[in-house]
Amino acid sequence: MMEPSWIAGLIGGLMIGCAAAGFLLLNGRVMGASGLLSGIVDGTGRANLGERLAFVTGLIGIPAFLTLGGGANTNITGNLLIVAVAGLAVGLGTSVANGCTSGHGVCGISRFSLRGIAATLAFVGAGVVTLAVARHALGVV
Amino acid sequence: MRAVLALLAGGLFGAGLLVSGMTDTVKVQGFLDIFGAWDATLIFVMGGAILPMLIAWRVAARRETSVLGTPIPSPSAPVLDAHLLGGAALFGFGWALAGLCPGPAMASLSFGGLPGLVFLGAMIAGMLLWTALRGRGTA
Repeated sequence: MMEPSWIAGLIGGLMIGCAAAGFLLLNGRVMGASGLLSGIVDGTGRANLGERLAFVTGLIGIPAFLTLGGGANTNITGNLLIVAVAGLAVGLGTSVANGCTSGHGVCGISRFSLRGIAATLAFVGAGVVTLAVARHALGVV
Repeated sequence: MRAVLALLAGGLFGAGLLVSGMTDTVKVQGFLDIFGAWDATLIFVMGGAILPMLIAWRVAARRETSVLGTPIPSPSAPVLDAHLLGGAALFGFGWALAGLCPGPAMASLSFGGLPGLVFLGAMIAGMLLWTALRGRGTA
């Protein structure tokens, strides 16, 4: 049961890495999901808005096309208060830290960037503590 | 051309997130839940994604510009500050609470239902909140 999930993870991971490698070598851009999106919504990415919009269109559109037949599920909680608090924290946190799992994690670690490695340790660490408290102590998620 | 390649990169990123299972919040929370039924999938996704990028950064280091002629992004100064670590910790809190980070939040928009829309809306609000705070000079 665990093994196919690891293989799918590795294959999907390689696809993510190839996307990031292509975006870097062809477009000269770091593939960071939070930064590409925030530049669109707050107007700071005006200089390359077309490139950002195209990236986000592919990111939303291709999975939409691939899951047309149904079956895909995020299994996210239906508690909209928790979802809203989580979304707000993710948006604010990635903006303050200037990166998320793709930018700091994938692109930062592979460059041996001190900031990328430190940010990744901080968000994974905070995530582990959050689940330990919210799930095992409070039972809210 | 830049937009076409960006569309392809975004599409491949989204497909990879879908294939790897990272649009499934149970898998993400399973990785962070070391006191529960731990799920190591995310390690394989990260490892798989880092491999091509290790090569890409080496190739990029030997080039003046990208293929399309744009500059290769310069490395950030190796400085750790409160914004980086505090922001990352706040991000990790939200990531664990819902099991979504920005990439999968967008990749799963078509099948994430109302909670997916609420998450993305709140995430954008959080980004705009920082823009407003920074603009006012309070941060």
